[in-house]
Amino acid sequence: MTQTRVAEEPVRLRRTLPKITDRFAAAGAVLIVLVLLATILAPWLAPYPVDRLAPVDALLPPSGAHWFGTDKVGRDVLTRVLYGGRTSLTIAVAVLAMSAAVGVTLGVVAGYAGGWVRDTIMRVTDVFLAFPALLLSLALAVVLQPSVTTAIVAIAATWWPWYARLSASVAASISTRGYVDAARCLGVPAPMIVLRHVLPNSLTPVLVQISLDAGGVILTAAALSYLGLGAQEPTAEWGLMVEQGQTLFTTNWWVVTFPGLAILVTAFAFNVLGEGLRNALDPRRVVK
Amino acid sequence: MPRYLARRLGQAVLVVAGVVVLTFAIMRLVPGDPAVAFAGPKATAEELAAARLRFGLDDAIPVQLWNYVRDLVTGDWGISLRTRQPVREDLLLAFPASLELVGAALLIAIAVGIPVGVLAARYKTKFPDFGVRVASMLAVSVPVFWLALALQTVFASNLGWFPVAGEYDSVLDTTSPLTLWTNITVVDALITGNWPIFTSTLEHLVLPALVVAAYPAGVIAQMTRAALIEESGQDHARLERALGFGETSILTRFALRPALNPVLSLIALVFAYAIVNGFLVEAVFNWPGLGRYAVESIHSLDTPAIAGVTLLVAMVYVLANLVVDLLQGVVDPRARAR
Repeated sequence: MTQTRVAEEPVRLRRTLPKITDRFAAAGAVLIVLVLLATILAPWLAPYPVDRLAPVDALLPPSGAHWFGTDKVGRDVLTRVLYGGRTSLTIAVAVLAMSAAVGVTLGVVAGYAGGWVRDTIMRVTDVFLAFPALLLSLALAVVLQPSVTTAIVAIAATWWPWYARLSASVAASISTRGYVDAARCLGVPAPMIVLRHVLPNSLTPVLVQISLDAGGVILTAAALSYLGLGAQEPTAEWGLMVEQGQTLFTTNWWVVTFPGLAILVTAFAFNVLGEGLRNALDPRRVVK
Repeated sequence: MPRYLARRLGQAVLVVAGVVVLTFAIMRLVPGDPAVAFAGPKATAEELAAARLRFGLDDAIPVQLWNYVRDLVTGDWGISLRTRQPVREDLLLAFPASLELVGAALLIAIAVGIPVGVLAARYKTKFPDFGVRVASMLAVSVPVFWLALALQTVFASNLGWFPVAGEYDSVLDTTSPLTLWTNITVVDALITGNWPIFTSTLEHLVLPALVVAAYPAGVIAQMTRAALIEESGQDHARLERALGFGETSILTRFALRPALNPVLSLIALVFAYAIVNGFLVEAVFNWPGLGRYAVESIHSLDTPAIAGVTLLVAMVYVLANLVVDLLQGVVDPRARAR
């Protein structure tokens, strides 16, 4: 669950990263690097072309030639798991970038302006927060044509309010600082103060939140694809692969097991790293 | 307290109003003409015009919104395009089944999550703590639909320990029919003393409830652990230590109660999340709840039904948050000031 945190001091990621001495969090970071490498290098690592259909090789169990076996049209599961990571991570990056851009903009404006501007923006975010992410994504994905793009828009529509809330509370506390007062007294225009002082100092908690949320976004995207509302055939995507193989689970376990494990490992890695970052940033939470 | 109550209620009403407007807006995004969807592809111009008139599609958008709100308030949630039943009646049948599943899951999650969190806090940085941290992180990271499929395949299809799908054995509908009171099968079977259906429902509940419980159990364990560790660093814990209490009794006798406060508000948050997560699990286990209804409605592009589910779950979410805030306002006067 997302938590709103008010930073007492502006914190910088550069000073925070070395503080991650927790081995658990470090393991998460290593896992993420491995997942990223595997997806980026997919075209070179994958043993077969991603769309190679070979009906003769349908539903082969894991072996030396096909480590993760093959699916019902004879495609190599390992290859598709590697390429599936590209789809999932693309969705995650796009969703988080869009939500953070919209949320932080609104949040910083709300936090700096205060008064009715803040109240209005916060009430709007409250409305969006009343929809659990998957629910609003479901509703949106139904009225829009299902695709990866739709899934991205739908998930981003439910995720930005968290960033708006977080950055509004951070920006509000920064706006009372002496250096902001000083800038105001010097006659620096408000947009300039927001851009030069409030925004840069509000970003670190947002970055931590992004790393905490990445796992959740990947899970939501996979769930949407599993319901047929995200990536469509022939795109390789983990949730879609689970959906396509689910009737075969009792007879051909590998078709479902490996894409599911890929989702689990990736979400796990992001969640562990996110928790580690949060602990490192918040001295009260450091438990050693 | 009355002022706090009024303000908090006012906020909730405002959010629900926003939820209605947003749902209306999403449903108006439908690329296809709802009149065409209703009248069918071979409709004549007159039939289309009649459908447009019937749904008020020729009215201005604010007028349509007003009519939509008026219908909702008077209990008309539209007609499902798939079941051809009033959406409100469909929801009243499906929602209790979801409540049953999520209720059972939350009970499991609390029963597992809190003791496990205490265990981790008691042995922090030791092996049990490490085990709990890994296990709880896995529980919040696992894709539910995949876990549902895996448990169903292993424990139902292969080992045969539990039934594969459904809410109870359908034969029982004829051999010992259930009298409905609350529409929550377990509760109805219990109060009417219908033991065959009661035991059958419990058997059918185990696997789906375990899957839905994974996420809440994980976050509850993490939150309990973190809150206890923070609490055991407080001055009162130092005093208790000086008085000679052992670490275990400091945690369970003194630190647990204040630590449960944040855990309680967390439970309300995960409640709505669990309902939506339950959607995927219901689809796998063919559980006759909101999720299965929503998934079937999605596949037939049944917009009134989807709008109904969306509205209902969002309202439940607002209500859950309201209840928790009010409870905290009663328990902790500081919360009223916020």
